[in-house]
Amino acid sequence: MLKDEDRIFTNLYGMHDRTLNGAKARGHWDGTAKLIKRGRDWIIDQMKASGLRGRGGAGFPTGLKWSFMPKESDGRPAYLVVNADESEPGTCKDREIMRHDPHTLIEGCLIAGFAMNAHACYIYIRGEYIREREALQAAIDEAYDSGLLGGNAAKSGWDFNLYLHHGAGAYICGEETALLESLEGRKGMPRMKPPFPAGAGLYGCPTTVNNVESIAVVPTILRRGPEWFSSFGRPNNAGTKIFAISGHVNAPCVVEEAMSITFEELIEKHCGGIRGGWSNLKAVIPGGASVPCMRGEHMREAIMDFDYLREKRSGLGTAAVIVMDQSTDIIKAIWRLSKFYKHESCGQCTPCREGTGWMMRVMERLVSGAAEVEEIDMLLDVTKQVEGHTICALGDAAAWPIQGLIRNFRDEIEDRIRLKRAGRPSPLAAE
Amino acid sequence: MLRRLHHDQPESFAFTPANQAWAEAQITKYPEDRAASAIIPILWRAQEQDGWLSRPAIEYVANMLGMAYIRALEVASFYFMFQLAPVGNVAHIQVCGTTSCMICGAEDLISVCREKISHKPHQLSEDGSLSWEEVECLGACSNAPMVQIGKDYYEDLSARRFGEIIDELGLGKTPVPGPQSGRFASEPATGLTSLEGYISDRVEKNASVQLAISHCDTVRRIDGTEFPLLTPWRSKVKKPLPKTKHDSPRKSKTAK
Repeated sequence: MLKDEDRIFTNLYGMHDRTLNGAKARGHWDGTAKLIKRGRDWIIDQMKASGLRGRGGAGFPTGLKWSFMPKESDGRPAYLVVNADESEPGTCKDREIMRHDPHTLIEGCLIAGFAMNAHACYIYIRGEYIREREALQAAIDEAYDSGLLGGNAAKSGWDFNLYLHHGAGAYICGEETALLESLEGRKGMPRMKPPFPAGAGLYGCPTTVNNVESIAVVPTILRRGPEWFSSFGRPNNAGTKIFAISGHVNAPCVVEEAMSITFEELIEKHCGGIRGGWSNLKAVIPGGASVPCMRGEHMREAIMDFDYLREKRSGLGTAAVIVMDQSTDIIKAIWRLSKFYKHESCGQCTPCREGTGWMMRVMERLVSGAAEVEEIDMLLDVTKQVEGHTICALGDAAAWPIQGLIRNFRDEIEDRIRLKRAGRPSPLAAE
Repeated sequence: MLRRLHHDQPESFAFTPANQAWAEAQITKYPEDRAASAIIPILWRAQEQDGWLSRPAIEYVANMLGMAYIRALEVASFYFMFQLAPVGNVAHIQVCGTTSCMICGAEDLISVCREKISHKPHQLSEDGSLSWEEVECLGACSNAPMVQIGKDYYEDLSARRFGEIIDELGLGKTPVPGPQSGRFASEPATGLTSLEGYISDRVEKNASVQLAISHCDTVRRIDGTEFPLLTPWRSKVKKPLPKTKHDSPRKSKTAK
């Protein structure tokens, strides 16, 4: 288990002094100017060496992403944009950073902004997080007051302004180019790539969009060294990670742990075990709504990192772990996600606009059992037609949970259809 | 979901002077020629002031930002937090119904709404004080099931406690938000498994609850006199502008 002295977010629950003084007492804002004075290349090299992979879901190496930003300005300013539009169902980790440990993020913004030649940073927080916005804004105001932001921020010689911006309830704005559209005052509809944001992002200027957690871990990584960070987790899955566990565990919680912790250890150490014991575990969605679910019996030994879960045809995503016990109607649980994607599709691409509604309606019939067995394959086929045929990944995200359901629980879907038709379960299920 | 302007619109809209100043300060966050960027926060402030977003309000904001009206309407109708019809004059209750909350009892909470407020979502209660809707994941999944009322999250709910909260709102009270189970924030309810050190500076309430208690504005209309928007970036550094470095400073007043 990760020791407290190796935790980056030492005030994750907000139980301790949340002001700047409290943050400083816990080691934040320590020698920030010195880190910056070591230069852009050093920071990016350290980030690459740390092995940090983006914490927003896709797991793209953060240092590498930063290196795509132009080294010299062609006259256009560069922007850092922090994606705080935490809306992936199951995910509630950035909320804790922003309301309880906001200075990790603010300090990270300054350092990351410097590393990508940006004098300005926008944090785009989801509209529903109103108190979180107030808490973060209060911390930003404090930082300005103390000279940690603004001209010659933290005496680093770098001028840096940090602005807090918010959305108004659109999941799609968590997609980076939709977020930029929204930040420019339009509907949050994703842009075609290329051009990538590093070439032409916010206001047509070079931009990097990073998740809150990816930015908030930066100062600690630089202070303690990339070797320290990469000592946690398996190779290629380095670091500590905030897990958010919800659903049928005895004590759902948000907790920072070492990457590559086993599912069993995570649940036993922090969540008080599965409700009703391990034999009562039915299914787990290990990385937020967009990743396929896994059967409970395969989860106990599962390693919670990018590569392991991908091998098992699921994903770590945002490390939002949704646990479902045997009392759960798994078909209905996935139908609810289909309803979510139907609600949140921005409507720009036809396969997604039409497909999400179509998939939801078929899922509805699978829930009640009022369908034909052949429709299961038809549904699977439609998910394949949506997947990969849209501008952004929302189409994929809508398809994967259904694919995971059919892959793992086809017997249950078929049983329900038979039960509905015959008024009794199939002989096998009746045993 | 089809989102249209309400059939019954007020004659006009104007920000209170303090909200106007707040909105003008908001615009300074963006480069000179990018005022449109401020549209979501300013529409939101209009909704905070009036409770919902009327056609005159959308037009007012469009004019303020130099945008075509249709561009502002597009934004207002795209984002689901904008209420295009009047909501309960005391509170509008948003129940999270997505999977984590659903498997932890959100459907029971929705039944409570149907019973106590109105059978259908977006329909006012008989006395016009409350309304409700089911919303998508609000991002407090480890504290499921939960609802948002005004600015605040009420978490770790039971149907019984939620019913009490609605009753209290009806009596003009504002129940203390946050976890309703006695939990502090999102730590394990059975006791801390990490971060047990630093106990010397232990605080009493989590950040959200603390703000709700000190601001007392969970369901209050906002007129802008509550908190100004500080704009420390205006005095200290010249903002990097995409086009020219010689723009004169803005004339709008800071809301200090």
